[in-house]
Amino acid sequence: MNTRIAYIASNTFREAVRDRVLYNLIAFALLLSGAAILVGQISIEIEKLVVINLGLTAVSLFGVVIAIFIGIGLVSKEIEKRTLYTVLSRPVRRWEFIVGKFFGLAGTLVVNAFFMAVGVFAALFYVSHKFVRADALILVALYFIVLEFLIICSLALLFSSFSSPLLSAVFAFSLFVIGSFAEDLRNFAGMTHGLTRWLATGAAYLIPNFSAFNVISSIAHEQPVAGQLIVHNTLYALFYAIMALSGAVLIFENRDLK
Amino acid sequence: MPAIEILGLEKTYMVGFWRKRPRRALSPLQLTVQDGEIFGFLGPNGAGKTTTLKMLMGLVFPTSGSARILGRDWTDPTVKAQIGFLPEQPYFYDYLTAHELLEYYGQLSGVPAKHRRQRVDQVLEQVGLRDVKGVQLRKFSKGMLQRVGIGQAILHDPKLVFFDEPMSGLDPMGRREVRDLMEQLKHEGKTVFFSTHILSDAEALCDRVAIIHKGELRGVGAVEDLTSSVQGKVEVIWQGTQVPASIKALGAECHVTGDRVRAVIAESQQDAVIDALRRERQRLIAIIPVRTSLEAYFVEKLRRAETTAGSTV
Repeated sequence: MNTRIAYIASNTFREAVRDRVLYNLIAFALLLSGAAILVGQISIEIEKLVVINLGLTAVSLFGVVIAIFIGIGLVSKEIEKRTLYTVLSRPVRRWEFIVGKFFGLAGTLVVNAFFMAVGVFAALFYVSHKFVRADALILVALYFIVLEFLIICSLALLFSSFSSPLLSAVFAFSLFVIGSFAEDLRNFAGMTHGLTRWLATGAAYLIPNFSAFNVISSIAHEQPVAGQLIVHNTLYALFYAIMALSGAVLIFENRDLK
Repeated sequence: MPAIEILGLEKTYMVGFWRKRPRRALSPLQLTVQDGEIFGFLGPNGAGKTTTLKMLMGLVFPTSGSARILGRDWTDPTVKAQIGFLPEQPYFYDYLTAHELLEYYGQLSGVPAKHRRQRVDQVLEQVGLRDVKGVQLRKFSKGMLQRVGIGQAILHDPKLVFFDEPMSGLDPMGRREVRDLMEQLKHEGKTVFFSTHILSDAEALCDRVAIIHKGELRGVGAVEDLTSSVQGKVEVIWQGTQVPASIKALGAECHVTGDRVRAVIAESQQDAVIDALRRERQRLIAIIPVRTSLEAYFVEKLRRAETTAGSTV
């Protein structure tokens, strides 16, 4: 990797880990995993199912909140506080700044996901006292969650490159919610005709399809995940993130930093 | 080779939400700054100083025009390794310590890793922050942040340094230190381009200045040339408490302060006043040519610009 990108990424990571809000969110996510144990205990015979479902949902949801919360300010806050001036007046290209920020945030989220996953596995061990081979499937769900984070990061950066933190948060969170129902939108498009069909199909393909990444429920029921889905989701997440990042770079390259 | 050649840089912003209308922030600017000089860019708030600096730094794109910095096209990325920039009222990553921040900027500027730590310590010492290098910037005062800003601008030993209002937020001692630092940079053969609206700083430091007002260049020249336009008057100072009638008769403007009298007279009357003082047995202390101060020159330029603008409306 270009060294300047690595330096910007490492500084972004350092900024994120020194933010107290991050710890509050992680603590809350771990608390939710812990609460899964209690809920599991009152759910006879399905304790494990509840722990996996609640635990992984907490990892996903809090990761998304962290990605949006930190991501939306990555560029706009730097412009607003003018910290960007002393960075871009050095031999740093604008695209390097955006890509560095992306890797820094993605790195932060992967590390967070790791710690939250440790919490989920600890809760799982507490209720079942052992690990079985099928528990390895949880790693696939976690991998999909991380892919989801990459898309959210790139979207947050895209919005942050041209709008205020508040609007960026609204845009990114709305896309996350709509994207979680992308399959339903595609089904809806299939049932309509004419212009509505075109519009619905266009929207269904434009918004990120987060529903394809949600395998938490099937994994909780110990159903295997097809290798094809893993490859498909990996390529889809990379493609989507690269496209969103390219958009962010394109906007940022031409923006006046008033 | 000039350090900076600004070739018709111009900036017009489109303002308004629905009905965009143009607002010119800078009219085509032609300016040359020679290598090794301290150049002052003067103007009131909103004159276009910061816009010019931002365009030179590549933070704002010009509507038209171009520039050459250190002999190369200003958009050449290698140029930026040789320039330092202090923005107006700088703000830095407040979760970092002063040492971490300079280390980070050193990385981005390409300071070799083996020299970086030593160079950071040296600069922290130079800007008087060695004792607080481990303190997070969120705990720094405005003046301390300004020092950090100056430190980051000179960290990579640039050939050309741009300072935007470098004295802002500094106490008299801090201002003196910044002035000394600028002189030291000049002594090291570096070029300093700084914007300010504090004229005494410019007068004390600059080899040449440019005056900008409402986005237009109003004058450029050596400080000596701008301030040495003797108005054909001299100031005569002597010891005494009263003005002799013969001097009063010459129409001199006289002021008595303590046991000193100051009289501003036409240069042609200088001998007559000296003769009068001899006759009255008064002790002459000094005869000083009256010079236009940079402030007077500046005010006059702005007033003339206002008058021209008013007459064209």
